[in-house]
Amino acid sequence: MTEARSYYGQPILKEPVWKPEIAWYFFTGGLSGAASGLAAAARLSGNDLLARRALLVAAGASAVNPLLLIKDLGRPERFLNMLRVFKVTSPMSVGSWLVAGHGATTGLAATLDVLGLCPRLRTTAGVASGLLGLGMSTYTGALVADTSIPVWHDARRELPFAFGSGAAATAGAAAAIATPARAARPARALALAGAVAEVAALKAMERRLGALVGEPYHQGASGRYAKLAKGLTLAGGALLAVGGRKRPGAILGGSLLLASGAFERWAIFKAGSASARDPKYTVVPQRARIEARASR
Amino acid sequence: MSWDQVPGHGLGGHLKTADGHLSYGAEAQPRMGFFTDTSVCIGCKACEVACKEWNLVPEDGFTWTGNSFDNTGELSASTWRHVAFIERSVRDGDGIDQWLMSSDVCKHCTHAACLDVCPTGAIFRTEFGTVVIQDEVCNGCGYCIPACPFGVISRRERDQGVEHGLAAHDGGAHKCTLCYDRLQDGMEPACAKACPTDSIQFGPLDELVATARERCEHLVESGVESARLYGDDPDDGIGGFGAFFLLLDDPEVYGLPPDPVVTTRNLGQIWGAAAAAAGLVGATIVGAIALAR
Ligand code: SF4
Ligand code: SF4
Repeated sequence: MTEARSYYGQPILKEPVWKPEIAWYFFTGGLSGAASGLAAAARLSGNDLLARRALLVAAGASAVNPLLLIKDLGRPERFLNMLRVFKVTSPMSVGSWLVAGHGATTGLAATLDVLGLCPRLRTTAGVASGLLGLGMSTYTGALVADTSIPVWHDARRELPFAFGSGAAATAGAAAAIATPARAARPARALALAGAVAEVAALKAMERRLGALVGEPYHQGASGRYAKLAKGLTLAGGALLAVGGRKRPGAILGGSLLLASGAFERWAIFKAGSASARDPKYTVVPQRARIEARASR
Repeated sequence: MSWDQVPGHGLGGHLKTADGHLSYGAEAQPRMGFFTDTSVCIGCKACEVACKEWNLVPEDGFTWTGNSFDNTGELSASTWRHVAFIERSVRDGDGIDQWLMSSDVCKHCTHAACLDVCPTGAIFRTEFGTVVIQDEVCNGCGYCIPACPFGVISRRERDQGVEHGLAAHDGGAHKCTLCYDRLQDGMEPACAKACPTDSIQFGPLDELVATARERCEHLVESGVESARLYGDDPDDGIGGFGAFFLLLDDPEVYGLPPDPVVTTRNLGQIWGAAAAAAGLVGATIVGAIALAR
């Protein structure tokens, strides 16, 4: 591979202008979405205690979620412009509708649950929020994949799985923390399954990206966050598996998994910036593509 | 194939007969564009200045980059034409004996990623087939910025200093409009008008492509073997550029991507993965509830 040529080493692409809020937005959105899915399934299975607590987790996270998004806009007062159109080509457009629908149904279900009113409506709203929540847990992967940033776009088939499994892990962890241990077994199982799936999805992503495009995950800030996230996943998962039946184990293991989820979102966010900054990530694969076409 | 009828390959803002600027019906105009012939650029930056003047684009820092005579660095919210300077020594002996200069601009893509991903509908396709951001709709979400395969767009941050000019420091995304207001009045864009060497040519894209191909052949025949067109192929990753170039070296030397592809070409894979992953999350939740009572 020859050195990539460039214009004074300047970036070809523009780095995302999103502020750190957006990584937290990915985190709370996924957490809230998967938690409402867990709440709905728990409700239908008759585990009302877990359903209530998971729903409150979902409602809490879904309340901060739009605030984080609004804070990130260059013109926050125009947030509602997001809802002037619905565009499938824009995961952010689809996501805005998901966030709106999910926030409304989750808020309604949680309010009715706490007040003990209209159980039928509460369950219906809860199931709707759970279904929308599944979309919430993965659309952010589509959002970053639908950009020209090589480390994101080239991982378009894996990113939604990484975001979704991370959402499942953090939702399970948060619900395990918030729920008395006797009712929290499904939450712990979800946290563990999510953690295992996340590790697998990230592995698959690394394999797909290869050494060059995937380089940001092994360097600099994103590399550090990725490593930290992996360590926290392993530690938190192990702790939850071994000691999760007792409160302290559930709280500690769950917290480590939550931290892991946050760091992983940060790793992905930072990797995108690094990938945009160095023109070689854009030029080398595109050159290889041109050569492959020429030799065909 | 006519430039007005490049078929779309996806949903959204792709220029195609059913859904592109021809959806303007009787109001549709021939697709207009730029041909930037960098072989005659003298680096005078008249285009940069004319653009700023006409479009009331705020200043972008009075600095020198130290990279030859480049003082604007890159395309951005406040630099809609950017003249790149590349000094080289290609023959034996010392000193600069080759100087590449090129005025870069938004490509007004046939399949425009910025337009596709914009969640507010602020970015639209005009009746001239160009791609324009509406200031009064954009909410500054910033999604178009990393979506553009050429790094054309950025946001004017609100804390950028003194207010001057229309829409200065408004927190919105900005880029070349191909002088939409001038086009509507039957005038050519300010940069093309100001360019003293006709390095920037404006006209119906069909005609420009024909002119450019002739010019490129002529250059190659007369010994400038490195001359090549960039963005004139409707079969490329973005369906051809509405603003294309004649370059004298590889695109990356000018800071341009050698083989750009519109992000939404892979939309099926993206949404497919998101749907499958959502299904997997659902199945995991159901499994956890069922197995871990
Ligand atoms: S070059 Fe970038 S900003 Fe211009 S139309 Fe294409 S995608 Fe949009
Ligand atoms: S910043 Fe403005 S123009 Fe760009 S995608 Fe967002 S709303 Fe659209």
